[in-house]
Amino acid sequence: MSDLLTSTAAELAAMIASGETSSVEVTQTHLDRITAVDGEIHAFLHVDGERALAGAAAVDAKIKSGQQVGPLAGVPLALKDVLTYTGAPTTCGSRILQGWHPPYNATVTQRLLDADLVILGKTNMDEFAMGSSTENSAYGPTRNPWDTDRIPGGSGGGSAAALAAFEAPLAIGTDTGGSIRQPAAVTGTVGVKPTYGGTSRYGLVALASSLDQPGPCARTVLDAALLHEVIAGHDPRDSTSIDSPVPAVVEAARSGGIAGMRIGVVTELGGEGYAAGVQQRFDESVALLASLGAEIVEVSCPHFRYALPAYYLILPSEASSNLAKFDAMRFGLRVDDDGTLSAEQVMAATREAGFGAEVKRRIIIGTYALSSGYYDAYYGQAQKVRTLISRDFDAAFAAVDVLVSPTTPTTAFKLGERIDDPMAMYMNDLCTIPSNLAGNASASFPIGLDDGLPVGLQVMAPPLADDRLYRVGAALERSLQATWGGPLLNQISPLEVAR
Amino acid sequence: MALSPEEVAELARLARIELTREELEHLAPQLDVILESVAHVADVAADDIPPTSHALPLTNVFREDVVVPSLPLEDVLAGAPASDLDRFRVPRILGDA
Amino acid sequence: MSQTYPLQQAYKDHLVEEVVSYDDALAAFDPVLGLEVHVELNTASKMFCGCSTEFGAEPNTQTCPVCLGLPGSLPVVNAKAIESAIRIGLALNCSIAEWCRFARKNYFYPDMPKNYQISQYDEPIAFDGWTEVEVDGKAYRIGIERAHMEEDTGKSLHVGGATGRIHGADYSLLDYNRSGVPLIEIVTKPITGTGDKAPQVARAYVQMLRDLLRALGVSDVRMEQGSLRCDANVSLRPSPEAPLGTRTETKNVNSLRSVERAVRYEITRQAALLSAGGRVKQETRHWQEGSGTTSSGRSKEQAEEYRYFPDPDLVPVAPSREWVEQLRGTLPELPTERLKRVSAEWGFSEMEMRDVVSAGAVNAIMATVAAGASPQSARKWWLTELARRANERGVDLEDTGVTPAQVAEIQAMVEAGTINDKLARQVFDGVLAGEGGPAEVVTARGLAVVSDDTALGAAVDAAIAANPAVADKIRGGKVQAAGALIGAVMKELRGQGDAARIRELILTKLG
Ligand SMILES: [Mg+2]
Ligand SMILES: [Zn+2]
Repeated sequence: MSDLLTSTAAELAAMIASGETSSVEVTQTHLDRITAVDGEIHAFLHVDGERALAGAAAVDAKIKSGQQVGPLAGVPLALKDVLTYTGAPTTCGSRILQGWHPPYNATVTQRLLDADLVILGKTNMDEFAMGSSTENSAYGPTRNPWDTDRIPGGSGGGSAAALAAFEAPLAIGTDTGGSIRQPAAVTGTVGVKPTYGGTSRYGLVALASSLDQPGPCARTVLDAALLHEVIAGHDPRDSTSIDSPVPAVVEAARSGGIAGMRIGVVTELGGEGYAAGVQQRFDESVALLASLGAEIVEVSCPHFRYALPAYYLILPSEASSNLAKFDAMRFGLRVDDDGTLSAEQVMAATREAGFGAEVKRRIIIGTYALSSGYYDAYYGQAQKVRTLISRDFDAAFAAVDVLVSPTTPTTAFKLGERIDDPMAMYMNDLCTIPSNLAGNASASFPIGLDDGLPVGLQVMAPPLADDRLYRVGAALERSLQATWGGPLLNQISPLEVAR
Repeated sequence: MALSPEEVAELARLARIELTREELEHLAPQLDVILESVAHVADVAADDIPPTSHALPLTNVFREDVVVPSLPLEDVLAGAPASDLDRFRVPRILGDA
Repeated sequence: MSQTYPLQQAYKDHLVEEVVSYDDALAAFDPVLGLEVHVELNTASKMFCGCSTEFGAEPNTQTCPVCLGLPGSLPVVNAKAIESAIRIGLALNCSIAEWCRFARKNYFYPDMPKNYQISQYDEPIAFDGWTEVEVDGKAYRIGIERAHMEEDTGKSLHVGGATGRIHGADYSLLDYNRSGVPLIEIVTKPITGTGDKAPQVARAYVQMLRDLLRALGVSDVRMEQGSLRCDANVSLRPSPEAPLGTRTETKNVNSLRSVERAVRYEITRQAALLSAGGRVKQETRHWQEGSGTTSSGRSKEQAEEYRYFPDPDLVPVAPSREWVEQLRGTLPELPTERLKRVSAEWGFSEMEMRDVVSAGAVNAIMATVAAGASPQSARKWWLTELARRANERGVDLEDTGVTPAQVAEIQAMVEAGTINDKLARQVFDGVLAGEGGPAEVVTARGLAVVSDDTALGAAVDAAIAANPAVADKIRGGKVQAAGALIGAVMKELRGQGDAARIRELILTKLG
């Protein structure tokens, strides 16, 4: 495999900037890799090589002419298909959006383009980001490069798999209940959910507006931090965007110093129900952090056990409303419009044909939970639980600088294993959901293998303290890679995914 | 709180999804399981707990009353399933009589 | 909602409904009103995006991802709309919320791009206020339940079928230029104690609100363009002590006159039903301008389940008390205060003033006086000539097509002797017929008073010659007989003679 494929984004950017290689060469190498392996992985829903190469050539010309470019200029990237990008379809993994070309760029997309990154294409996902396995995509599942019989996590399985299969050095994900972190954990990659409001949601097709947050996906902690810095910051188009400086994430990733840091292990996120191997890797990592000078304390967050039920009320409620606009009137799919049916009937027929089973399940649950008569018992109560979870976090962060837990209770499971058992599927998000409900920053870092499959460690930091995630991540990465003799992904077997 | 297929059908009507009979029968028990599980939110949330609708305590986010250019008409209608006379064409709308 | 058109089915319904006389209805029942008024604000940009709100643009040219509800787009609140909402609330003596949120009202309708309307639910920005109107010299205090912010919908054009109406149409065409225009919905508390004045009170309230909003400068308040729309709730009960009866909500009442007529009609319709032992169905009804009736719409049993919840895309609005007080300082003189002031300034009798108020002529007279006419002359024209014409045309007084400035101009011509009162009526005819302004009409129709002595002298001579007996009387000192000769001269000059000069000439010639 070409060195250009295994290099980090930071290294590629440096080589492109110095003229050692070009963005066109790096981009072409990745496009070739996609051609070679994506038939098997199916990380991408849409690849536009011509456009990517044109963008790469423009960056090369800019560099040649001596113009100032950003720290990731010329580096290719995979964009989750839930963010709008003009000139390309945005499907959200759904049939109902088949062929829709948005007339505007998401703020995140625009910032990537403004920073001279090269967008290779759009990555696969669970339909409307509903799922933890990417099996809910209307366009077929994505496979985990570590074991193609297994799921790559979800909803952002495409972005994570693209990284693990060396199809792209960087990717963008979105995280509503763990859709960046859980795929990162099960593919041995890095994924960060910034503080809610830290990155703009403008142009992110909403699943649950109060929970959704775009974030960086990468193979190294520094690469994630560099990407974080490109996409983060205040956006006046998003009312929930925070108008304050972006935390110093790159500096933290470069430092990795955690001496004296107080790290809390969440009692409720571990033990029973967690795979032995997962728990073992996690315990080893905590010991490692202690050996690096961190102070480890156990912290109880008693209401975290109610996070899952609260989440599975708030999410479907918001989603049922957010997804109402997919009605066959202004864009997207329209079926059965034979001149005899009314608008109302065509809407219902189109939504029946265009939405998959999980989307329908959640829309129905949300419709129920918001109905008068049920609102107080369901949605209202869930919002109170949200308050309790935030209070748990507040109390915890008064005592410690960050919290840690396994990212997921198990490693990647087999395709099809949980597809018709919603509750089993929902359990994947047990550890990741609390941070979405409270809005604080959270990330997953690779900490080793269990039976040949990656395990992730989750770090949770207070709102706007995203830099602490990177500090802990970098410390782990440095020590662990010294033990492993290189990145965890070097152990992917076989490295050449498609033979 | 078992949901009958009829109740699911009424929710589907509200949500404008024309579920098939098989889907209704398949969904109803699944929804029951989910609802039973999520009903646990009632176990802890007492009356004196305020609800949280927004993760972060922002208020008063406004924009100035300034006109910015709209989308070009061809972009507006480009994604429309059907259009006519520069308008979105939709099937006949039932009135509320 | 879309412009809904008269409904055929509903039309059939009302045909079978008996209507009792208004007096009979009031003898048996006590009416209770509730009025909901939607006002489009006159901000430059929309409620949640930067698209222009300018009226009359080409279809869909004032739209963007936000107001088209495209996937991924997000709303951001227009600060001016909040400011207008607070000022409206203050002018209606409301409390201003210290903290409130936007909510989503979820229901599917093709003219509503997101299939939810961003509105306010249990946390309106303004609540618990009151205002006052006067009808026939009596003041009525009207409680204001709330004033909340929301967004307008797009407009549909129904194509095909026999009528071009929503029912029977083959398909519809949607224009989203109005989608997202800021609206304020002002809801009264139940209005009781109006008795037989209920229709006038309803009208006076909407008119007062219109004047208030205009004075605040927050809306164009053009009822005919739909920038002010009224829904009237009416219920009857056997006596003021009885609990509230079942109410109907009549939509689409889009002129002051119609507000009065619609309330009056609903009272008689409901009274007939109840008197016959029937019951009133709680439902939405539609006002039919042509027939002057209401027709059945959606019944409450089939009502949508709106599933309101706080909009997670928008953060709470928490107006500081300093801001609210600063806005209170910007309130202009309000219509009720203004009425007190002008009635003192104009010096009308109590009876004259009452007529002016009930004719809805206060604004028109104010504007006419401002344009230079005396209050009495302004009152005369608006309450006679123009009131009659408004009535004939079935429009509100201010919508006859003659402006206060034109009335002042006509009065000035009368005072200058260019025309007289009789000719002035012809000038009004010309202006209303679209022949131009008063001066143009006078010229085009040749209406100017003849006052040059050559023309008048010839006519006077002819009159003296034709009426020798009358001439003799005048010569004999009976000056009052001159009137008969003046009449003859005027007849000759088709009313366009300068009567004063004619009299002088007659007296000189026969003196
Ligand atoms: Mg409303
Ligand atoms: Zn717009």
